[in-house]
Amino acid sequence: MAGRKYTITVEDTGARFPCGEDESVLEAMKKAGCGPILYGCFGGGCGVCKMRVLSGDYRVFKRMSRAHVSEWEEDEGIALICCIKPRENLKIARI
Amino acid sequence: MGFKGTLRPGLVQMRVLDFDETLNFYTNILGLNEVCRTADGRVCLKGYDEFDHHSVTLRKADEAGLDFVAFKVGCPDELEQMKAAVERFGYPVETVQPETDQPGYGKRYGFTISTGHRFEIYSEVAPAEQRPMIHNPDIWAKPPKGMKAQRMDHFLLYGPNIAEAERFCQEVFGMFVPEVCNTPDGGRLAAWITGSNKPHDLAFVEYPKPGKIHHLGFYLSDWSDVGNAADWIAINRLKLDIGPTRHAITRGLSIYFWEPSGNRIEVYAGGYTAYPDNPQRVWDSEMLGRGLFYYSGELIPSFLDIVT
Repeated sequence: MAGRKYTITVEDTGARFPCGEDESVLEAMKKAGCGPILYGCFGGGCGVCKMRVLSGDYRVFKRMSRAHVSEWEEDEGIALICCIKPRENLKIARI
Repeated sequence: MGFKGTLRPGLVQMRVLDFDETLNFYTNILGLNEVCRTADGRVCLKGYDEFDHHSVTLRKADEAGLDFVAFKVGCPDELEQMKAAVERFGYPVETVQPETDQPGYGKRYGFTISTGHRFEIYSEVAPAEQRPMIHNPDIWAKPPKGMKAQRMDHFLLYGPNIAEAERFCQEVFGMFVPEVCNTPDGGRLAAWITGSNKPHDLAFVEYPKPGKIHHLGFYLSDWSDVGNAADWIAINRLKLDIGPTRHAITRGLSIYFWEPSGNRIEVYAGGYTAYPDNPQRVWDSEMLGRGLFYYSGELIPSFLDIVT
């Protein structure tokens, strides 16, 4: 019913939290309450939730503002985590 | 004409990322009416209680945020006088010819102010097809949709050197400043500015990055419509920022949330009646929490930090 769950690990703090396959990483992080990001516009516009994905596959399900993530950065695994959903366990880090 | 400078902010153009989802928000949830589409794919919208052609244009872009805001002045003579005043103030002015990028709009003059925002002024605009009744008028002709936004009301802009922007609005637009917030050293942190009886037509917050928008505000009838808006936010899983609450600043009844492209929207009712001869209300920055969110008296970090 609930779909697959993956584990997201925040490298800087060691925090770990579950994230459903159809849930944005920011939603899951906010639900877990462990940070490092505690709020955002959840629309890909404000750039507050910009992070680097160090390992693991994910999909970008929402457009990210180019004011905050360039095409080059997107190719390098930098993302607004309100706009991505996991396909595997992810390891992420603050920029 | 009762006002001595600008009548009101009459037009904004917003940049949006997810065009269809965001347009669906502005029409079916906020309750604006679609007026027309441009050849380059932008959509023009208006509130049900507005008389002019359109008040909000959405443009699909790579970045969220604000392209420009435009203020209406009373007549073509006043427009020319104000254009000369803008140049005397020191901002170079560009002419936008009638019926070019904004359907229904006459000639506009555009310029960039100290905060990095593009401002425009105009006097001529075609009447909207769908407009409020004027002869033995009912309160509406068709039931308002969704949040029932009557009209575009105001915006809060973030950028550098708001002291100059405030002076510009007074000296060139003929506006006054009913309310301000100052830092302990006496610097300006925020100013609420109007050219009408509304407590604000626009507001500024001092911020290092130029050209940012904190929120675009739309007017509702009353407190019960703010509650109705909260229901629409919940039903549609929009991201709530804060509210329903009351501002002590402006005394507005308010709720803030983000549309699907991440631009913050306020829907708002009430507010005091501003007169240019009334004394200015002054807030100390350590009391800003109470000024913004009167019931809790506490600031929330997302409200100050998030802009597009």
